[in-house]
Amino acid sequence: MYDVLFICMEGLMLKEGELRIPSGCAISGIIDKKGNRFNGEEIIKSIALMHDRSNGLGGGFAAYGIYPQYKDFYALHIFYDNLTIKTQTEDFLAKHFDIESAGNIPTKPVPSVINSPLIWRYFVYPRTYMAKEGFMDEAEFTSKCIIRINKDYKGAHVFSSGKNMGTFKGVGYPEDIGEFFMLDTYEAYMWTAHGRFPTNTPGWWGGAHPFTLLNWSVVHNGEISSYDANRRFVEMYGYKCTLQTDTEVITYLFDMLVRKHKIPMRKAIKIIAAPFWDDIERLNKELQNELKSIRSVYANALINGPFSIILGYEKGMIALNDRIKLRSLIAAEKDDRTYIASEESAIRILCNSPDKLWAPKGGEPVIALLEGEQEWD
Amino acid sequence: MKTIDALNTSFGDLNSLIDDAIKIDRNITLKNVFGQRYIGRGLLEEVKIKIYGTPGNDMAVYMDGAELEVFGNGQDAIGNTMNYGKIVIHGSCGDTLGYAMRGGEIYVERDVGYRAGIHMKEYKEMKPVIVVGGKAGEFLGEYMAGGAIILLGLNLVKDENITGRFCGTGMHGGVIYLNETPEKYNFGKEAVKAELSDEDIVFLKKHIDFYSKTFKKDLNRLNIKLFSKYVAVNKNPYSNMYCTY
Repeated sequence: MYDVLFICMEGLMLKEGELRIPSGCAISGIIDKKGNRFNGEEIIKSIALMHDRSNGLGGGFAAYGIYPQYKDFYALHIFYDNLTIKTQTEDFLAKHFDIESAGNIPTKPVPSVINSPLIWRYFVYPRTYMAKEGFMDEAEFTSKCIIRINKDYKGAHVFSSGKNMGTFKGVGYPEDIGEFFMLDTYEAYMWTAHGRFPTNTPGWWGGAHPFTLLNWSVVHNGEISSYDANRRFVEMYGYKCTLQTDTEVITYLFDMLVRKHKIPMRKAIKIIAAPFWDDIERLNKELQNELKSIRSVYANALINGPFSIILGYEKGMIALNDRIKLRSLIAAEKDDRTYIASEESAIRILCNSPDKLWAPKGGEPVIALLEGEQEWD
Repeated sequence: MKTIDALNTSFGDLNSLIDDAIKIDRNITLKNVFGQRYIGRGLLEEVKIKIYGTPGNDMAVYMDGAELEVFGNGQDAIGNTMNYGKIVIHGSCGDTLGYAMRGGEIYVERDVGYRAGIHMKEYKEMKPVIVVGGKAGEFLGEYMAGGAIILLGLNLVKDENITGRFCGTGMHGGVIYLNETPEKYNFGKEAVKAELSDEDIVFLKKHIDFYSKTFKKDLNRLNIKLFSKYVAVNKNPYSNMYCTY
């Protein structure tokens, strides 16, 4: 951490992967399955309780259902290092999208949150004729544009790009980042949060969780040993890992498997946290065939190493551990709500007498979808 | 008996408050505990703490004689490197219970998470014991080097296993007693089933009686003779790994 401060003072901010600081994380999520919306105070309270799991080098939130008045537009949240790159990026945006509305994301000064980039928000719709010319649907067109900005526009970083959802993140403790973005003024039916404790790389604004693409968001505690195998795999399909941190690849894996390859979520989870071969051997022939084929075809999409994640998308949230549960994860239900957190106390501070509380097994997902969503099967 | 309200108190402040309180009264109660870490760390004999709420990770770390009673669930790494003392949990607890535990006793009313008893050890008269009323997650007794783990498997639902997979993986000492004989595939290759001796039965009876009394459960129908016992295949399984002669 001392190194980071020193380098900042020199005006030579090194980014992820350019510097190593050997130094855990916290995750939390809440969904109201009836779709009732509530402001960000509760999720901040939950993630703040786990303050000591993070070290002030990253905090962030994903909120679903916050832009109902713009629900048909992609909400792009962008960090800019300077005005020059902002102008260049806006030229690109104007060429590829109809911009319905643009402005900076309101923030309020918080003493501990410093060195923030320019933070802008655009509600956009893809230029339909351009998508058609490229034989792409709107989502694919939009994702390609986002990947292009993040890859080619140095100093610009699209950190949120879904519809009726948004990500808010930065360098600081999560409760301070929540205050900075005034999350008490947003109402969502689902919130996820992350407190960062970077173990291999320094914290910077783009490197904070959640990592998003279109409606997908991922918060992650752990580290991915298989990162490079996963990265090479998704990059063969047009993605580009630009942040040199491991978590972003999980977002791209889910986007690729579920949106592009149309694999049901149930199977996608068996790809990401595949059962062991000797466990597969004890199943019936039909299941064996299915699991063996997905393990063979998608061997490089298996995530190895310790992780607990919460994946958010428009239908709800899914929490998942690595196969041998090397990170903690607790879930609870009360009435229409499902809670997920790294620690039980972070649930109990919001809901002291849940109807049900359990510790999911390794590789066994917790699925909390909005009422009426059936994608699971 | 002094009561401390732990609401909105950081772990550092709470532990300082406990340190101050036990100078005056060795019996204290904590209420509204939400995730504060290290409660009971290093505390000595004759200190008794009742804890209401959800104590945080590493409860009883390095504890050296104190007694903690939790009315609620525990989180991860309870009894980390604990040396001596007793923990009673009226509920379940998270992963890595009794991590590298060196002595003392832990009683858990219901279930424990992954890796309970990981690398617990013993030396001469120092023999740590973990007693669990329900079931355990995977990797029970991983790298276990000493001490004893007893699983009662009460209230298991149909087809539910008393322990998860990889039980006793890397085990090179100590004993695991299970109130059931699980499928062989649930065990790591370093654990092997052994005959229950008369001494084992006396040992089990003593700890099961304490469990039954503490949690007010009638366990008379439990047939201790039918417990299965697992020990390490080899006390030094990897002696040739780094240098072979």
